[in-house]
Amino acid sequence: MQLSREDLLDSYRRMRTIRAFEDRLHDEFALGGIPGFVHLYAGQEACAVGMCMNLTDEDMIGSTHRGHGHCIAKGCDVEAMMLEIYGKKGGLCGGKGGSMHIADLSKGMLGANGIVGGNPPLAVGAALAAKTLNTGKVAVSFAGDGASNQGTTFEAMNMAVVLQLPVIFVVENNGYGEGTGVSYAVGAKDIAQRAAAFGMPGVSVDGSDFFTVHEAAREAVERARAGGGPSAIEMRITRYYGHFEGDPQLYRAADEVPGLRETLDCLKKFRQRVTESKLLDMSQLDTIDAEVAALIDRAVAKAKAAEFPGAADLTTDVYVKYA
Amino acid sequence: MAKKTFRQAINETLFQEMRRDPRVIVMGEDVAGGQGGSGQIDAYGGPLGVTKGLIGEFGASRVIDTPITESAIMGAAAGAAVNGLRPVAELMFVDFFGVCFDQIYNQAAKFRYMFGGKAKTPLVIRTTIGAGFRAAAQHSQTLYPIFTHVPGLKVVIPSNAYDAKGLLTQAIRDDDPVIFCEHKLLYDTTADVPDDPYAIPFGEAEITRDGDDVAIVAFGRMVHFANDVADKLAKEKISVRVIDPRTTSPLDEDTIIEAVEDTGRLVVVDESPPRCSIARDIAGLAAEHAFGALKAPIAQVTCPHTPVPFAPPLEDLYIPSPEKIEAAVRRVLAYKG
Ligand SMILES: Cc1ncc(C[n+]2csc(CCOP(=O)(O)OP(=O)(O)O)c2C)c(N)n1
Ligand SMILES: [Mg+2]
Repeated sequence: MQLSREDLLDSYRRMRTIRAFEDRLHDEFALGGIPGFVHLYAGQEACAVGMCMNLTDEDMIGSTHRGHGHCIAKGCDVEAMMLEIYGKKGGLCGGKGGSMHIADLSKGMLGANGIVGGNPPLAVGAALAAKTLNTGKVAVSFAGDGASNQGTTFEAMNMAVVLQLPVIFVVENNGYGEGTGVSYAVGAKDIAQRAAAFGMPGVSVDGSDFFTVHEAAREAVERARAGGGPSAIEMRITRYYGHFEGDPQLYRAADEVPGLRETLDCLKKFRQRVTESKLLDMSQLDTIDAEVAALIDRAVAKAKAAEFPGAADLTTDVYVKYA
Repeated sequence: MAKKTFRQAINETLFQEMRRDPRVIVMGEDVAGGQGGSGQIDAYGGPLGVTKGLIGEFGASRVIDTPITESAIMGAAAGAAVNGLRPVAELMFVDFFGVCFDQIYNQAAKFRYMFGGKAKTPLVIRTTIGAGFRAAAQHSQTLYPIFTHVPGLKVVIPSNAYDAKGLLTQAIRDDDPVIFCEHKLLYDTTADVPDDPYAIPFGEAEITRDGDDVAIVAFGRMVHFANDVADKLAKEKISVRVIDPRTTSPLDEDTIIEAVEDTGRLVVVDESPPRCSIARDIAGLAAEHAFGALKAPIAQVTCPHTPVPFAPPLEDLYIPSPEKIEAAVRRVLAYKG
């Protein structure tokens, strides 16, 4: 284990921030304040954070429609994210992208994505740039179990192997793509083995255990940085909320989520592990919880009070402006 | 005759056509939903509830939930269509066509011509279009100009529940591939829709308002805006003819040209970016065939040449509005050579 106390506190803070951010969006959405679609990441925090704790700002990640967690794990500014989700000026994309398109290239966040299977080829491209320019960077594609069935994902995996690129394919298997279960939609049943069949190491881990995720991610990132080519990691997890906010979730039995919230809570597991092994004490974690709660309050208040972009912004940024 | 929503009209048509013809199947992502889950089957009935109930009557062999795999969905539907089925495949949002366009435009659209008239491809692709849903750049486009550009595809854009039923019936019975575009903001609109099946032929425009001062050609949701403008201006004794072509391919050119000849003034309303759009297409048609009748430049009310923005006030500005349509009508009326 190569995690320092600071790393552990940082990891916990990122996971708690994601949970608090998403829980709050769930409430705010129900009150009617948030336009459009939001897909919440609550429950999956250890996947994004366990992965991104192995990355620097220089490394790139590609994300999905369920992207808030990836953004926070990668260090995107939480207030600017909230502004974006409210469609306001000062948002990470100036209010023009919204929840499904949050991006911050300066943090190595290549963008959430409205197209399922949209990012795996893009991550391959980021890895191609890293290899060609010899930057030592790695790229990570986050995709869902549903996205793992897209041709774009298969093509990206094969090309990454052929070109031996420094890219890691993370498949967050949360049991469902929209309202259809993995056991129905994934013919091969085993997502990690299917990825491995393309010719790269593929492992499957418990996505609710930060330490397991972190370890698998560390190995894959080290391999990629050392020129050892791509890897795939399936992270088995659940999502706490619906596919999108407002989803009545009739495809799930009523007791499914309450049960999984008990057994697959990465925050609870993390707290238990670090306090029992006396790496951290409860009060340190409670302090983080309070700080995060205050941060989210501030972010929401700021987003609600902010102005929308102005009419002139409608037609800017279509092309680069040449002086 | 009962009032039905646009959504109900489509749902009812699917039931009726599937009962009538056992070769009709429905396939797509979550067209039923719940397969492989711990809850109920038909949990979605289509992401926007349009195919609800079909699986209960027709079963999973005719109401097929697919993985998220648009290329395979569209290709399989095209392949099945030339082999004896009549698939109605769902492309959840038209924006996703990029994932699967080859199967549609190089394969399904061209079979008949390439094979020297030997193939029939009775395929319907139902898809949702349109902005105003706060769904941002990758879930809000209309894109029907792109499909209209492709020889071999038929393109349908119903503006109301009555037409939706008649045009979908025609689409399913038609032996060519049809792209059937359902505007998301029309699903809850209602109209009188007969219970019995009926088909509306393609390429026959509907004149929704008659008039002889100005002609407006509009599609889909924009027809409602055009009608509102016509009603408003009627109070000022400005007489506006509104034409809803209902299909862009085939296009009822005669009705449009006649309207230009009768009025001498044309406004085209198209919820798409302006370049290579249906608006330009119709303006070109009028310029070519009714040039002598024109008393003013043709006005086009379109979206700007930008992706669809997320921020609600920007999205509202992006979409053509009744105000912009009214201004265009007044502009062509005020034009003095
Ligand atoms: C190309 C494409 N097809 C379909 C959709 C609609 N859609 C959005 S999210 C989603 C489910 C994705 O499932 P998965 O990859 O498992 O991710 P999860 O939602 O579980 O995080 C679907 C079908 C889309 N956005 N893009
Ligand atoms: Mg999933």
